[in-house]
Amino acid sequence: MLPKKIRVALAGNPNSGKSTLFNALTGSKQHIANYPGVTVEKKVGFTSHKGYEIEVIDLPGTYSLSAYSVEELVARSFILEEKPDIVVDVVDASNLERNLYLFVQLQELGCRLIIALNMMDMAKARGIQIDTRLLSKHLGVRVVPMTARSGEGVEDLLEAIVQEIEHPYQKTPFRVSYGSDIDRAMADIEILLGRSESIPKAYEPRWLALKFLEGDTQIQEIFNLDPELNKKATTILKNLSKHTLDTLGEEPEAIIADHRYGFICSLIKECTKRHIEKRLNLSDRIDKILTNRLLGPVFMLLILYLIYFFIFWVSSEPINWLETAFDFLRRKTDAFFEDGVLKSLIQSGVIDGVGGILGYIPLIFFMFGAIAILEDSGYMARVAYMMDRVMRFFGLHGSSVISLIVSGGISGGCAVPGVLATRTLRDPKERLVTALVTPFMNCGGKLPVYAIIISAFFPEGRARLMFILTLFSWAVALFAARFLRGTVLKGPKSPFLMELPPYRLPTLRGLWIHSWERTWLFIKRAGTLILAFSIILWAGLYFPRLDEKSLAEFDSQIEMERAKIISIIQEKGVMGLSFEQLERAYEVATKEDVLDRPMEDSLKLSVKKALDREVDPDTDGLIVAYLDHKKATQDILRKKNETALKHTFFGRIGVMLETVTGYLGFDYKLNVALLSGAFAKELVVSTLGTAYSIESAYEGRSLEERLKMDPEWGPGLALVVLIFVAIYIPCIPTLLAIGSEFSYKWTFVSVVFNLSVAFIVAFVVRFFLGVFSISPWV
Amino acid sequence: MGRIIPIRHMEVEQTGVVRKITAKGEMGRRLREMGIVPGVAITVQGRAPLKDPVAIKVMDSVLTLRNNEADYVLVEVD
Repeated sequence: MLPKKIRVALAGNPNSGKSTLFNALTGSKQHIANYPGVTVEKKVGFTSHKGYEIEVIDLPGTYSLSAYSVEELVARSFILEEKPDIVVDVVDASNLERNLYLFVQLQELGCRLIIALNMMDMAKARGIQIDTRLLSKHLGVRVVPMTARSGEGVEDLLEAIVQEIEHPYQKTPFRVSYGSDIDRAMADIEILLGRSESIPKAYEPRWLALKFLEGDTQIQEIFNLDPELNKKATTILKNLSKHTLDTLGEEPEAIIADHRYGFICSLIKECTKRHIEKRLNLSDRIDKILTNRLLGPVFMLLILYLIYFFIFWVSSEPINWLETAFDFLRRKTDAFFEDGVLKSLIQSGVIDGVGGILGYIPLIFFMFGAIAILEDSGYMARVAYMMDRVMRFFGLHGSSVISLIVSGGISGGCAVPGVLATRTLRDPKERLVTALVTPFMNCGGKLPVYAIIISAFFPEGRARLMFILTLFSWAVALFAARFLRGTVLKGPKSPFLMELPPYRLPTLRGLWIHSWERTWLFIKRAGTLILAFSIILWAGLYFPRLDEKSLAEFDSQIEMERAKIISIIQEKGVMGLSFEQLERAYEVATKEDVLDRPMEDSLKLSVKKALDREVDPDTDGLIVAYLDHKKATQDILRKKNETALKHTFFGRIGVMLETVTGYLGFDYKLNVALLSGAFAKELVVSTLGTAYSIESAYEGRSLEERLKMDPEWGPGLALVVLIFVAIYIPCIPTLLAIGSEFSYKWTFVSVVFNLSVAFIVAFVVRFFLGVFSISPWV
Repeated sequence: MGRIIPIRHMEVEQTGVVRKITAKGEMGRRLREMGIVPGVAITVQGRAPLKDPVAIKVMDSVLTLRNNEADYVLVEVD
């Protein structure tokens, strides 16, 4: 026999512990998708009890069931259209009054309900005693007291669900009275609805009538299906409005709400007792300090800084492990494949490309963990509260801060989840602007780029420059937001009516699920495409190859150089010093290379060691000649690399772009690197590495040293590059996220907008440096 | 009978009873669904660093609203 199935929907206020209960019920057996047509997350999970297979659907957290917000519409149409067997209303026991407001509305909807009376521990701590049996009797539903955080009562809830299916608690729904005027108007409309043929029968007539009187836009549309009915109902509503405004000075909508609260209030008086009348609970006392007008911002900076510090500290080891793993793979393939296209594809394309991104997973995981701590503890809402006034000045909303922080507001985030985090914003324009400016923040991908340029040119002021860049990215993002809100995305500001949930210690399970969910989403979003992008990138830098003839020409030039030096060595004929010996000595010298010691001295020392005697003037001359040869060879190699790189697709694009980026002082190599940064920012470093390496022109040097050796680079250009990288094109995963959350039109806008801002700012900086011929102090 | 003033003019830690919500439409509904209804006692918990938004205690939770939104809520204070 097939297991019997039950579909359960979880409804409840935000912060009622609905997600915690969902996780406790379904564990890891859950999957996330969007509700059709809207960007509201739909979580579905499974569990079983007493031979029943129970499907649990986590509805969006709402305070009400009106037609004003997407979440509320989604929640109520799910209940109305999908008709789950049971709706479990998760009610915060420590805040019954407001939580029951949603319950009353669920009951109006006419669905079969169970109350999960959550956070009993908190209610107890606040001295609230609830008579659950009496509550159950008055509301006509099963009430299951529980503390989902500790798992207490979760079994009981499952039991109650099965019980409810087998023996329904009550067959006739109880009703709240909204006062004689409204009750009469409702009854009149109900009669009209009963007579109408064109109104879908799926909806409870009483509920339709009530919502119509509340001025619900979605229900008005349904009434429009029957013009005759609509006309009569509208007249009833008009008369009612006039009457209530005359007698009570309020619209029917307000009076209906008052009656709901009135009902709840009398219910609570009867069913609960308060032992302690403490004015300030623990959470309020913490807030006295953490949101204090003077201390609050100080603590905020401190907390964010500590988190930043912690993330980098804790993720450095796992990142090393991953690097070692990829190195290992690289060595294995090195031995396995012969040199050629395939090997290059696997090593440079697949392993380096995918490995480069996967290497950041630990960082991203811990960053999400930290953000989950901030959110689950309730602190994030305080950050939004403290920052709202500032954000509003820039045309954003307090909650935009969360997105910006996720995207790299404390350095090392990621704009992809940042774009997704904008879902908490209700106003579509504020949401879009927030998403559009997230790529300006210092994401984890930009950090390696900064790191290498900073340590090459500004080794003294590392921390300082990193900090300045963080502030800079905030400034750019905020002013860009203000610009967008003042021009293309003008619109009214949405209200800041929010709840500051009480501080709670996050649970490990919750943290794990939150951070893993988001990391997995990142891996899926970026990961599925990253292989394809890595291969495109590799091919762009590999094909077309230089033809055999040109390659042979460079090789013969190198051969000639070699012949020249060999003949010199033979001519001078210093005892015991052959070309091979010099080569070996050179190799030793480069390995031992001490910073700031001329190569000549290093080589002399090395030769001295090899010959085991003092170096005479003849030998000296040979060493100089050898170094000249080395330099000439390197120049040829450099030329060869340059020609080969310029010959590839990306190389050609890079050369073409010089006409524009020339204004910023960028050459084709940098252009190629920046171009690959569009795939993922950290690729700027590896591509720059490729452009500056390719065989032995800079043998044994790190990219940092190579950049320093390039005469075109200097602190001035370095600063311009840093600024450009901070602002320019969002990476492709971010662009895709913007596209899927909004539309691809905005992806396009984002590319053009960011590139223009980057170009203008970088140009101004370069111009400024040039005019005053300043070498940047850092 | 005390004075009736909007939340904006309340002091931190002052308590009062909501007497009237002057907002219509969505704003009015949102205030109500968060528990700000006539007859309910509210206490100003604090103000953000730039004096705006304001945090108030309603029923058993803390809500935040901007000063211009708080102007819709008229409160009777002693």
